[in-house]
Amino acid sequence: MTSEFPHTPPRKSYTFSDAVNAEIRRAAATGIYDIRGGGTKRFLPHFDDLLFLGASISRYPLEGYREKCATDVWLGTRFAKKPIHLDIPVTIAGMSFGALSGPAKEALGRGASEAGTSTTTGDGGMTEEERGHSKTLIYQYLPSRYGMNPDDLRRADAIEVVVGQGAKPGGGGMLLGQKISDRVAMMRNLPKGIDQRSACRHPDWTGPDDLEIKILEIREITDWEKPIYVKVGGARPYYDTALAVKAGADVVVLDGMQGGTAATQDVFIEHVGQPILACIPQAVKALQDLGMHRKVQLIVSGGIRTGADVAKAMALGADAVAIGTAALVALGDNDPALEAEYQKLQTTAGAYDDWHEGKDPAGITTQDPELYKRFDPVLGGRRLKNYLKVMTLEAQTIARACGKNHLHNLEPEDLCALTIEAAAMAGVPLAGTGWIPGRNGGF
Amino acid sequence: MQTFDLAARGLRELNQTLHTLNGTTNQTAWEIVNTRGSHAIAVGVDAPLDITVRGTTGYYCAGMNKQATIRVKGSTGPGVAENMMSGTVIVDGDASQYAGATGRGGLLVIKGNASSRCGISMKGIDIVVHGNIGHMSAFMAQSGNMVVLGDAGDALGDSLYEARLFVRGSVKSLGADCIEKEMRAEHLELLEDLLRRGEADAKAKPEEFRRYGSARKLYNFNIDNADAY
Repeated sequence: MTSEFPHTPPRKSYTFSDAVNAEIRRAAATGIYDIRGGGTKRFLPHFDDLLFLGASISRYPLEGYREKCATDVWLGTRFAKKPIHLDIPVTIAGMSFGALSGPAKEALGRGASEAGTSTTTGDGGMTEEERGHSKTLIYQYLPSRYGMNPDDLRRADAIEVVVGQGAKPGGGGMLLGQKISDRVAMMRNLPKGIDQRSACRHPDWTGPDDLEIKILEIREITDWEKPIYVKVGGARPYYDTALAVKAGADVVVLDGMQGGTAATQDVFIEHVGQPILACIPQAVKALQDLGMHRKVQLIVSGGIRTGADVAKAMALGADAVAIGTAALVALGDNDPALEAEYQKLQTTAGAYDDWHEGKDPAGITTQDPELYKRFDPVLGGRRLKNYLKVMTLEAQTIARACGKNHLHNLEPEDLCALTIEAAAMAGVPLAGTGWIPGRNGGF
Repeated sequence: MQTFDLAARGLRELNQTLHTLNGTTNQTAWEIVNTRGSHAIAVGVDAPLDITVRGTTGYYCAGMNKQATIRVKGSTGPGVAENMMSGTVIVDGDASQYAGATGRGGLLVIKGNASSRCGISMKGIDIVVHGNIGHMSAFMAQSGNMVVLGDAGDALGDSLYEARLFVRGSVKSLGADCIEKEMRAEHLELLEDLLRRGEADAKAKPEEFRRYGSARKLYNFNIDNADAY
């Protein structure tokens, strides 16, 4: 006989959710932490929490199809004899050959060059595919120094000293053995098939005073021609930006925690670093406090997806942005057309992040010739170019609506925030109020 | 011999001058005077020059050297011959931290002592140290050879890959995954050549050294080795 009183319905714990319990079981079964690619998947305050105000009686807009809204950007004007001039302020972030296939690197070079922007090497040295197809190529100077040599320094268009990245500020890298092909092994001077650790600190300098001397050395080697970027993860953006400027950087690259990685621990991706929205105003303030805003350029990255994101980042004071994950999606990563193959890998389109395993059905994050042969670098380049052009058009559309004849003229006063958190982080008023939490008291 | 007065003409002019000598001139012998501990002396040279640095240097002397023979008649600051590609760098005095860091080729000879992290992340360079080396030397060393006539500090060869380490004196401790290995005939032959080229053959014999290298247990991640990381 059933009780006449209703039972308490089954109630699952918020703290011990299905996902949390599944991870506990996975850890218990395997004895290893979860490693994956990509950036954070958690919900974060982001550019979606900002809106542009548009024109009004006090600000008049520019005519969308008639009046010019320029998009070009100069990078490296502080010290370099040969600063970089890009047509659009959306650059391609550093991604290594090793993490990506040769054809994928070629596609990035093709698309970026056609759209008038730069690509960046990664933790595997410079490949001919990328140098050959990138009109403007930024060469990363990383702790591992895999493949580092003075000839590539000299044939780069700029040099990016990597201190950290948004996905894992304070962390090194790991390229697992299954992606170490003969070519990758040769470029990195390591045995084939072993897990390749990339150090988290540079081997020959420690701290900002040493960094200044290291930058001097690189400038001397390259005869002061190349812009020197310093890339930091979104950890302490005010101080990191100030110290990079003090060390002599031409450009500061600031990567928020939404920025991706080829592979690292999920716990690192999800729990270390700050969202890019919180980082940009801190970096801009550091530049302004030093009187170096626009003199040392600021490139921001981590979760940039649309022209609106570009416009918002620039309104907050960035000179340019960089995209990584979005560029891979444009090339064909996580495309639902490959759903059957993702299912075979026990995942689904949009969730595939085991880039370190080298089984990417899209042929992008793999060194398996059978897989990367599927990827057409010419078509991939075309898709990336299209995407970059659309982002630029979108950003221009917004800038014109705000009455700006250059994307760099966007300003925080063009923005409001939808949430208190975003208002506090971005330093713009909560919509419908003049309130910037933490700045000017009450409503 | 061409004499370059660094105090009078400055670092920029020095390196620019050396960079323009791309192997098409007979002005191959240079001496640099009045170094005053300057950083980045003779960096990025890419020509078969014979350069003598008279005095003590700051950071990164002979950084990324290719082809040149650079003799320092004094001691060097951190990162001497960092990322050297080829050629020879000989330091008559002592070398500070990170000597030969990430070097990919060529020969670095230090006639005095080398400080900590000597040969860190070395990638093919040969390093011969007549004296002692400090802690964490050959950390993550990938390839190449390191010969130490004196003693080695703590954690020698931590997390190293395929580099070969030869130490004549004591080793305070070995780093993770670094073990002593059998000295075979091929290694004695290699040592003999390195001692000769490192101007140390009158000071030591190959048979006096012990060889250290990777146990290769950390090459692929295994949770049971987590305590070693």
